[in-house]
Amino acid sequence: MTAIKPVGIKAYGVFLPRLRIARSAIAQAHSWAFPSMRGKGHKALCSWDEDSITLAVEAGRDCLGDQSEAVSRVILASTTAPFADLQNASIVATALGLPGQISCTDVGGSTRAGLGALISELSNQDQSQRLVLASERRSAKPASAQEMNYGSGAVAMLVGEGELLASCLGSESLSVPFIDHYRMNGQDYDYYAEERWIRDEGVSKLVPATAAALLKRLDIKAADVAWFGLSGAPKGSDKLLSRKLGVESASLLDDFQEGVGDIGAAHSLLQLADALEKAQPGQLILLAAFGQGCDVALFRKEAGQRKPARGIRGALAEGIEETSYLKMLSFEGELNVDWGPRAEVDTKASIAQQYRSHEQILAFTGGQCQHCGSVQFPSLPNCVNCGVADSQVPLSLANQRAKVATVSADWLQYYPAPPLYVGLVQFDNGARVLMEMVDVGKQDLDVGTPLKMVFRVKANDKLRGYRRYFWKATPAL
Amino acid sequence: MASGIKDKVAIIGMGCSRFGERWDVGTEQLINEAFGEALKDAGIEPSQINAAWFGSALDQANVGNSAIPLSTALRLQGIPVTRVENMCATGTEALRGATYAVASGAVDIALAVGVEKLKDTGFGGLPVPTKGTFNDLWIPYCSAPAGFAQLAAGYRSRYGVSKEELKQAMARVSWKSHVNGAKNPKAHLRKEVSMETILAAPIIADPLGVFDCCGVSDGAACAIVTTPEIARALGNYELVTIKALQLSASSGREAGTNQWDGSYVQNTRLAAKAAYKEAGIDDPRKQLSLMEVHDCFSITELVTMEDLGMSDDGQAWRDILDGKYDADGKVPCQIDGGLKCFGHPVGASGLRMVYEHYLQLLNRAGDRQLVSPSMGLSHNLGGVPYNSVAAISIVGLL
Repeated sequence: MTAIKPVGIKAYGVFLPRLRIARSAIAQAHSWAFPSMRGKGHKALCSWDEDSITLAVEAGRDCLGDQSEAVSRVILASTTAPFADLQNASIVATALGLPGQISCTDVGGSTRAGLGALISELSNQDQSQRLVLASERRSAKPASAQEMNYGSGAVAMLVGEGELLASCLGSESLSVPFIDHYRMNGQDYDYYAEERWIRDEGVSKLVPATAAALLKRLDIKAADVAWFGLSGAPKGSDKLLSRKLGVESASLLDDFQEGVGDIGAAHSLLQLADALEKAQPGQLILLAAFGQGCDVALFRKEAGQRKPARGIRGALAEGIEETSYLKMLSFEGELNVDWGPRAEVDTKASIAQQYRSHEQILAFTGGQCQHCGSVQFPSLPNCVNCGVADSQVPLSLANQRAKVATVSADWLQYYPAPPLYVGLVQFDNGARVLMEMVDVGKQDLDVGTPLKMVFRVKANDKLRGYRRYFWKATPAL
Repeated sequence: MASGIKDKVAIIGMGCSRFGERWDVGTEQLINEAFGEALKDAGIEPSQINAAWFGSALDQANVGNSAIPLSTALRLQGIPVTRVENMCATGTEALRGATYAVASGAVDIALAVGVEKLKDTGFGGLPVPTKGTFNDLWIPYCSAPAGFAQLAAGYRSRYGVSKEELKQAMARVSWKSHVNGAKNPKAHLRKEVSMETILAAPIIADPLGVFDCCGVSDGAACAIVTTPEIARALGNYELVTIKALQLSASSGREAGTNQWDGSYVQNTRLAAKAAYKEAGIDDPRKQLSLMEVHDCFSITELVTMEDLGMSDDGQAWRDILDGKYDADGKVPCQIDGGLKCFGHPVGASGLRMVYEHYLQLLNRAGDRQLVSPSMGLSHNLGGVPYNSVAAISIVGLL
């Protein structure tokens, strides 16, 4: 009889939207009505073409790397998944180049969903690999406290057996109707209860009891916990709780208010990723996610060495300063800009065509001619170079290196974040594709500028409430 | 071995409406304006027309598809009328259809009409492309200027020309067309503009400013063609004949492989080579008297001078600054103002270009008449540089 190998976290990945807006810019914009409003640091801001799906894809890519690993299930945890009825996780899985023969699940309903999904997979001793993604594009009402606090980002955790980064020693949950905030279906924004009540009556009472129960069950002393992180709770609650829990000696994990903001269902996993980057093998990591009770889990850092290409430090470092609050409002749909008649174009796309070409569009799959070797996108029946029919085998361009071949900044075409940078992208493998170029920042795009590919929203069909995706190019750092 | 079209078909009548913001007239009136002039010029009755080709590129802009807009406008019934569309090369396509019909012997007299009613879109520039040719599941929606502006990036990169130098040369292209257009009573834009104004204009698609972009206009143009024998029988003695009609469309190689560097338009080169062969031209710089090229954007005209072999590769920008293509230069280009100032009603443009050659060759060009021209080249370019349709027609005295 073969012994069951322990299941744990094998790899992780992080993605934060590149735009970072200073909270002082937000405060300044509202100063006419709220002169006492202040804001410190920056938060991660989605561009018009980023959402929980695209962020999750990028975190997943950071986690999986260039390796095409066998993944049997993809779980996407989010309270802001774009589709209420259309499996968001299956779009992510296809974009990650995973085969169709896998299980996909969306979970949400609470900012606890990320940690909850991870605990659920870690407690399942299935030996196959599973990808847990938590992703949020969080919106908040202008001038609300959440507008300052909420950020966007995604984290991926690969669960399975083998060389582990961390294992989960156990978890404990509490589920009670303590309504610190809520958002009904169809509503744009969260509604919050008073912060002092949340902290004193909720977080301070509910989390310690649950955490204590967990430590007791596992027979672990609070003093042995090396790292502690709390998410979903008012700022400063983590410090308060560390005293109540008796884990004062533990280092508090970053709350990521600087550079990111509260990323909801993904926040616990961001803290876990932070711990994986900082902790020594054998150290214990206690995570608590608050919300209608809490989930608390205890992890142990293992000896695994696998690191993502980006990780948290990389994600924090690749920010692009955004100074325009009006742009942020426009991206949020809060500013009804007159884009002129060019914006009136109907972006309806055939659903049948999308399915027919789903690998091409979502996984950026082109073809390589077996006759002349040319890599091409799209893969049409006759090779673009030699014209030989039916000679191509699939090849994805998603992880291929490229450079600018031609480029222009288009100020005429309707584009939600003008100018539209557009040009021919020359892949090192010979393929060439006309593409949008995004997150250009202050960089001067010119012939030869190195590029990499990112998964983004291609178009929003406002008439039919639909969104579709494709890949875009961005300057390679 | 095909013998080509050279001198098999003569133009016996041409007409061109005034181009511009023709708010007060519809497609039918524009067609009628051009047709009336051509009919009078040809000295024939409408009933003598055996077949017609109708070019319109943007059916959504109040023209419509099928042959019906033309057949109803001119009350043509009982003859074949065909609509052709090949983006901005549409006008030349209409002429090609009519010319081939005559050359084949299928008909005696054929009509080619091109029209566009762009100003009914309600905004400047071309309508926003949606479905069809370019699969919008992956191809970015971008404007026409952004498509052509990429030539500037490719050209600078290949020849090491600075942004400022190229911008100067591009501005010179537009400056010259404004000078020429000011003399053309049918032109859309009839005002000279200073280099300073051109250079300081707002950017539309980097590095193209407003004055690097052609006018988008309402207008129609048409040609009546027949065999030289019939033309003479109808009393025409000084004949303008078709010397070449060639076309090349992208296979996808420019946009899909690394075989193109963005500094030229491959289809223009291929179509020009075929056209020169068909017309028997071995030295275009000496044999061509004038050119009407597809100056949708200043950079397009600039690279076209090289694509047509009129300038050495990498030297067009210098030739332009030296005035080689001015009205008093070696080979005047856009003597009628070009797309830039005559205007660009897409489906009509190819025929408008031939109209100017026709007037010049018959010494009817008024204030802008050149001295004894013998052969003119028209270049019509559809699509974008990396995915294009290039059409070239050469006409000359028989």
